Amino acid sequence: MPKPDMPAEYAFPDSAAKSRRGELDTERMSISMGPSHPSTHGVLRLQMELDGEVVRKAEPVIGYLHRGDEKIAENMTYNQFVPYTDRLDYLAPLANNMAYAIAVERLAKLEVPPRCQAIRVITAEMARISAHLLGLGAFGIDVGAWTVFLYSFAEREKLYKLFEELTGARFTTSYTRIGGVARDVPEGWTSRVDAFCEQFLPRLEETLSLLTRSRIFVDRTAGIGVISKEDAIAYGLTGPNLRASGVPLDLRKDKPYSGYEQYDFDVPVGTKGDGYDRYLVRGEEMRQSARIIRQAVAKFPGGSWHAEDARRITKPSKDRVLTSMEELIQNFMIVTEGPQMPAGEVYFEAENPKGALGFYIVSKGGGVPWRLKIRAPSFCNLSILPKVCVGAMVADIVSILGSLDFVMGECDR
Amino acid sequence: MPAALDAVAAIKGAWAGVTDRASLDHPAVNVPASDLLGVLRALKEEHGFDMLADVTGVDWAAGAKPRFTVVYHVFSTAKHEYVRVAADCPDDAAPEMPSVVGLWPGANWHEREVFDMFGVRFAGHPDLRRILMWDGYPHFPLRKDFPLAGIDTELPDAEVVAETKTGAIAAPMMGGPFVAAEGGINMGDAEPSAKDESWSERRPKPDA
Amino acid sequence: MVASNSELAYDSKIEGEVIVSRADAVINWIRSNSMWPMPMGLACCAIELMAVAASRFDIARFGAEVMRFSPKQADVMIVAGTVTYKMSSAVRRIYDQMLAPKWVIAMGACASTGGMYRSYAVLQGVDRILPVDVYVSGCPPRPEALLDALIKLQEKVKREPSASKLLSA
Repeated sequence: MPKPDMPAEYAFPDSAAKSRRGELDTERMSISMGPSHPSTHGVLRLQMELDGEVVRKAEPVIGYLHRGDEKIAENMTYNQFVPYTDRLDYLAPLANNMAYAIAVERLAKLEVPPRCQAIRVITAEMARISAHLLGLGAFGIDVGAWTVFLYSFAEREKLYKLFEELTGARFTTSYTRIGGVARDVPEGWTSRVDAFCEQFLPRLEETLSLLTRSRIFVDRTAGIGVISKEDAIAYGLTGPNLRASGVPLDLRKDKPYSGYEQYDFDVPVGTKGDGYDRYLVRGEEMRQSARIIRQAVAKFPGGSWHAEDARRITKPSKDRVLTSMEELIQNFMIVTEGPQMPAGEVYFEAENPKGALGFYIVSKGGGVPWRLKIRAPSFCNLSILPKVCVGAMVADIVSILGSLDFVMGECDR
Repeated sequence: MPAALDAVAAIKGAWAGVTDRASLDHPAVNVPASDLLGVLRALKEEHGFDMLADVTGVDWAAGAKPRFTVVYHVFSTAKHEYVRVAADCPDDAAPEMPSVVGLWPGANWHEREVFDMFGVRFAGHPDLRRILMWDGYPHFPLRKDFPLAGIDTELPDAEVVAETKTGAIAAPMMGGPFVAAEGGINMGDAEPSAKDESWSERRPKPDA
Repeated sequence: MVASNSELAYDSKIEGEVIVSRADAVINWIRSNSMWPMPMGLACCAIELMAVAASRFDIARFGAEVMRFSPKQADVMIVAGTVTYKMSSAVRRIYDQMLAPKWVIAMGACASTGGMYRSYAVLQGVDRILPVDVYVSGCPPRPEALLDALIKLQEKVKREPSASKLLSA
């Protein structure tokens, strides 16, 4: 366990010991880490006051990636906003797409057919594996393990290939639409996904084995950045960070959506709330995600991939559009005016890899929302930094940031 | 959602000013700003809604009375239910709301964001300053009278401004996203090419 | 086409083990094949930048895997991601600290022109504050596109009159 205070009884004259004994004048040093820094995982600026090596005060400055998404949403139809949701948590775009689509569908009280739900679950869990792999890789680099980064990127490239086959894009997919998904799965895609999961599990064990019992990694993460259960709830932490602190909350199990209740999976919960627990929770979540994907592929239902007969919300099928006047008009109205939603308010949170991504939509009717608030898990996860960094050493800050695994695209929107 | 409905019924019984709010999913109440802290404390301590999921603001545009509403979503980690609490800011010109940082320290950043985007001040907040825009930014971006493209402002760093001779300019909207007017998109203006032409049969030609 | 400042002539029968060439050719060859990027990874394009550095697309083949986060050690700044007005001063300051010769690649739609974010907070193109050498389109650009940009930049560097610049500076 690191001792933040230097011992005063050194045999040789040491400046730290001298300052303790009051022989040396010291003052706190202000240091600004970021916004361009290899270890801040994006554009986060951390203003710290140091007393020697120990951080006495840490003030995160965010907003360096604030792009105005919420204002843009007030000027776009519901389907036009989908590409912007990709770029919130840009490590798992498919999961954001799904969360947004379900939130808007709650406005219209629209139920999507089982095949669409299964597709969304499979893609969201693949996105979860992709996001956790990158978090692991970045965490590895920060604490000095370059191999982990390369191994996890190799697996991610396989996932990218599958995403590209399904959606056309490697990672910013814009795949869901209100009332369904953009297109059906290609032939044989689900068996390729299953084959990926099968070869992924042993590779995952190999990658994790590089870190789990590595003395260096354990020393750098065990006992670092401890977040207590009460603090985690008080600061609104969600996702793996909350579960590592001992709160067994997982929205997929506790408030299931999109058919998650039919799948059998476990939710890993930590005990100590330190960086090592967060790492273990994420590793286990990847195994459980692979389990969910295999079940979903085995049960993959037939049927339509979008809600049929959802007038003024989902587009009719293309062959009808090109031959029948009424369907043509419907298609035109939906594209130009947007899916027509009733007036009202909804709030929906989905269990994203980083935590609970919430969408609060205020609609006054029509195809454009009046207000769209994105409740970003990384925003809440970062708000605990001023508390958790105090008393840590400067080198541990890097480890804490890596273990919290946040994304600035989502935090700043 | 039995626990949430019970909590709402209890709250309505205990405070006279609390009324039902129309909602498509979770139970929601309208609370006068003066009762807000009491209601939220009761929800947290008596009814088990221990997590503050979200704090946000809504601007109903300049004509509406009241203009600004602050909406809180609270969540119970034990019962897995949400309650929405909405409080209108009593003053439209200088909107204010009591701060709930005492109940949930996580509200600190959420309230700073509502201040940054809408200009709502939170009484009792320890450090109310901008969080997403830079400190000297003079406008409140999510207000309905602020255009999406932005208003020309000076950049915060004077040396960089002198070097690059640029500022925060209004983004060019031509051919860009459909900018919605009050109540929806005008179909006549909805095509991108329509925006690209700087004149049409209905609009006058620009000079030269 | 072999331009005059990219020629390398080698004739072992006459000169023995000596290469005779123009100073420009040698300097440009060295510079272009060891471009050390300063990854200004701001948003989603940074993930594709990391994918370029990883094993499948391997930017190390081009001599550019040394991602130096310190501007004093870097040659080319790859602006990957949306530059907001709040971040713009940091980007410009880092560019100013880079030592000559330096180049800039604007990676992605957001860095080139502001991308799909036409809003109050986004700098509409990093070329408002930096002189950009190569623009890469895409949202995000495929890793192959970034490697293509790097190759184009290498060709641009090979055409520069470096010796006269050095001697006159």
